[in-house]
Amino acid sequence: MDTLIQFAYVVSGALFIFGLKQLGSPATARRGNMISSLGMLLAVVSALLDQGIVEYQWIVVGVLVGAIIGGAAARMVQMTAMPEMVALFNGSGGMASLLVGWAALNTDAATFTLVTIILSILIGGVTFTGSLVAYGKLSEKIGSGAVLFSGQQVVNSLIVLGILAGSVMFCLEPANHLWLYLVIVLSLIFGVMAVIPIGGADMPVVISLLNSYSGLAACAAGFAVNNNILIVAGALVGASGIILTQIMCKAMNRSLSNVLFSGFGSGKTETTAVEGEIKPISVEDAYYVLEAASTVAIIPGYGMAVAQAQHVVKELSVLLEANGAEVNFGIHPVAGRMPGHMNVLLAEADVPYDQLLEMDEINPRMEGVDVAIVIGANDVVNPAARENEGSPIYGMPVINVDQARTVFVLKRSMASGFAGIENPLFYKDNTRMLFGDAKESIGGLVREFS
Amino acid sequence: MVAAEVFLTFILVLSIFLGFELINKVPATLHTPLMSGANAISGITLVGAIGLAGTGNQDLSNWLGAGAVALATVNVVGGYLVTDRMLAMFKKKEG
Repeated sequence: MDTLIQFAYVVSGALFIFGLKQLGSPATARRGNMISSLGMLLAVVSALLDQGIVEYQWIVVGVLVGAIIGGAAARMVQMTAMPEMVALFNGSGGMASLLVGWAALNTDAATFTLVTIILSILIGGVTFTGSLVAYGKLSEKIGSGAVLFSGQQVVNSLIVLGILAGSVMFCLEPANHLWLYLVIVLSLIFGVMAVIPIGGADMPVVISLLNSYSGLAACAAGFAVNNNILIVAGALVGASGIILTQIMCKAMNRSLSNVLFSGFGSGKTETTAVEGEIKPISVEDAYYVLEAASTVAIIPGYGMAVAQAQHVVKELSVLLEANGAEVNFGIHPVAGRMPGHMNVLLAEADVPYDQLLEMDEINPRMEGVDVAIVIGANDVVNPAARENEGSPIYGMPVINVDQARTVFVLKRSMASGFAGIENPLFYKDNTRMLFGDAKESIGGLVREFS
Repeated sequence: MVAAEVFLTFILVLSIFLGFELINKVPATLHTPLMSGANAISGITLVGAIGLAGTGNQDLSNWLGAGAVALATVNVVGGYLVTDRMLAMFKKKEG
């Protein structure tokens, strides 16, 4: 029986791999997710058949409670709140790994097992509180800015030292639970300390990194309870999270350590001399320009998510197409608060995914674009990244909207973007500012068309 | 006889390489579903938790295991459902 269960794990590992492979292409992605969930089902059923299990009641209770909470949350969450949701799921996976590591502890465990137990507690704990802080920042329950204080480095170093010392002592003296509790508490604190200095706009990096951690925590838990499938699946998730993290860092032209430790956009006062003046435009005048346009590019940012404007944006794009214009969307890799955030929102609004162009596809076309509409994006369209060597975001690849014939920037007010950097785009000759709530402004344009 | 630790580490290393190969070059459109789909897979801890929650001993280990079962199930069920909900929305242009 035991051999049979192990073989079932091999099959479910293969299903995970195949499922992830299929998740890589839009046409097969949904099937891929199904295949991977089948793999999970097989693994769970096999685990239940294990003869070491003598009592099912607590497993059933746990599964029921978890399934109801997870199912309800997945059903009710708004698409705009997706980053928070992913963070919460992540956190609960991390906590589960911490508990598994803890529960796997018995005093006659080998040193290797003790090391993996303490690793799964450490990574799981950091993932848990890190994800909760990320959740707080994303849902704006706590301030989304970077939190920095003097002596932060010192405090963090002390925590790391404490964790290291506690872990070593734990492996030497597993019977003394003091060390165990010390490491648990310190990892939970460290998760908080690691995420608070990171600002809201860097969240795509944090989310993918935490995702990677939750996989690594599962992996460590797999070593602790000596289970292959946990190691395989955990490593797959860990690797995929790291790749996404790299993609996000590259899109911001910053190294991972810079994102994690620099507290970007906090208190830096950048004085760039910006020439020119702000030229506001009314909805009515914007309509006349759009009516005459034959190519339109729409560049959404986090502001579109905040204003929940994706549906009116879709309406506008349909009307523009009916008017004979070619409409494309230009999506910056770090627009929004998680990787691919804009794509999900526009998909919700029924915008076909082949109309969404990545930065490298839209930029060469920008000079032929009559009107570029920037909706709630700021830093990802800031030409200073290209032109001004003194700018903190210099070198970050941006969407070159300023090369379009006319640029409309939809913005609530003149406050600068998350990074706190002046945006010379707003002062360019071909830029018109359409102030107000993005949803209302675009709704106004839609009414003018119909 | 090779020690189990070596065997497990071997599996770990190969899986990490496999993971890198699998995820490379996924289009940006799918980054969110990929992330939440991978996140659901990380709920595999559930399998480990089940073994710990069913020992029949009324001890700390059992309660921790039961808690882990609940939390990991949230991750698994929520992760897969939300990913499916997102992917159902992705459509190609007709015609």
